[in-house]
Amino acid sequence: MRRFGYSRPDDVGEAIAQERRFPEAKFLGGGTNLVDLMKMGVEKPAHLVDITRLPLTQIEERGNVIRIGALTRNSEVAAHPLVLAKCPVLSEAILAGASPQIRNMATTGGNLLQRTRCFYFYDPSYAECNKRVPGSGCAAIQGYNRIHAILGGSDHCIATYPGDMAIALSALGASIVVQGPRGERTISLDRFYRLPGATPHIENDLKPDELITSIEVPTPTVTGSHYLKVRDRNSYAFALVSVAALVDLAPDKHIRQARFALGGVAPKPWRVPEAEEALVNRPATEAVFREAAEIAVRGAKPHRYNGFKVELAKRAVVRALTTASQRG
Amino acid sequence: MSAHEDDITRRDFVGVTVAAASLYGGAVAEAAPVSGPADTANCSLTINGHRHDLQLEPRVTLLDLMREQLHLTGTKKGCDHGQCGACTVLSDGNRVLSCLTLAITQDGRHITTIEGLASGGQLHPMQEAFIEHDGFQCGFCTSGQICSAVAMLKEVRSGMPSAVSLNTKQTMTDEDIRERMSGNLCRCGAYPNIVAAIRSVEQRG
Repeated sequence: MRRFGYSRPDDVGEAIAQERRFPEAKFLGGGTNLVDLMKMGVEKPAHLVDITRLPLTQIEERGNVIRIGALTRNSEVAAHPLVLAKCPVLSEAILAGASPQIRNMATTGGNLLQRTRCFYFYDPSYAECNKRVPGSGCAAIQGYNRIHAILGGSDHCIATYPGDMAIALSALGASIVVQGPRGERTISLDRFYRLPGATPHIENDLKPDELITSIEVPTPTVTGSHYLKVRDRNSYAFALVSVAALVDLAPDKHIRQARFALGGVAPKPWRVPEAEEALVNRPATEAVFREAAEIAVRGAKPHRYNGFKVELAKRAVVRALTTASQRG
Repeated sequence: MSAHEDDITRRDFVGVTVAAASLYGGAVAEAAPVSGPADTANCSLTINGHRHDLQLEPRVTLLDLMREQLHLTGTKKGCDHGQCGACTVLSDGNRVLSCLTLAITQDGRHITTIEGLASGGQLHPMQEAFIEHDGFQCGFCTSGQICSAVAMLKEVRSGMPSAVSLNTKQTMTDEDIRERMSGNLCRCGAYPNIVAAIRSVEQRG
């Protein structure tokens, strides 16, 4: 691992100032992804600003919004009474990810910024990766692309966003609060992540000297929710396909409102407003859910080894919406 | 990690050192440490009740610190990438992966390893249960399994849900134990006996 400098500021302003002061600096949260990428030689920061002692660990309710401090550990968020009571789909998604040890370490802000697990990105012995080395090509498009994107990819990159928590946050309509030298701003999670286009190395809207300080989750008015994760083994594996679904049913079982987002299929949490609109005022039946699922994967572009994801995604949407409808 | 250990050219090194001289000069405060790439930094941590005052390179992991410098080899290096759980230790009572933990970040923390579970010559009940139920074959994953299991029972008692208990509303079913222990792989496949060992400790309270 390349040598690096280290500092551990105790307030947010000083953390941002240090990130700007030291060349090639990065913020260090739980380190579960960054330290691994440094061992692999994918990330080579010259300085780490350890932000884990900053006072950003509150979870609190303000009106209809749950505000989660960016340095709250994943396990704390998943077990928090407010989260379990008001948006259990977030707990479900977090608990579907990684392992208890990793969830004890990983921070909320860091989880949002985790990098893709595309084999070709993660291993620098592959020369071609536009995300790792812009302009070098993409080894996945003609390579072993079983885990790769069917939606939202480009000729430059077909890597998926690997996380679970952000899929639930997308369905919940969450926003990200960031602090930088120019002050604070709030970005909706769906606009935070970018599609790869010709610049897959730019994954989100965050500037290098900006720090995520909290996540704001509007508490949903729904009758039921579910996070469904489909993977190669039952636990401690990344999603092939996942779906976070929230359904609000009227007493006569018609759908008042429904929201869902897909994971494992695209470079960002994949949410299709037209698919959600197709559910409004319709009965909560398998046929109706299937219609929405067809709309959700419209334009899917499978590659040699991941064609199975198209049908798997549709069936996962139907099952997640069905389970969410039966809850509550 | 060794493949990248020397991944720094002389030019990089000189450049970084010169820059560091102006950036880091003298501004080392106790509460908010700052160190340059060529520096070591102060770090005090307590491992199994013994305090260690150390000068550390920031890139040293907690796992390598314990195994290579402090000769605490009970904690095992399996994958070194957070995929197997063999290096599991407790930091302030919480189970974490020592391979992905930079030692410097643990300044002020209390670490417990497999060497710190026994007390007064008496094995920890979880250690005894693993022996009684034959919860291992080769033993390489065992110290991580046992540390993980000790913290897991504490998590259950404090109300931590799992992906299984969230849906079934039941904790400590076989399925729930397996889910809660999924961060610890055993390539010998001693899983049924590991589950039995953990259950026996839980039942004894």
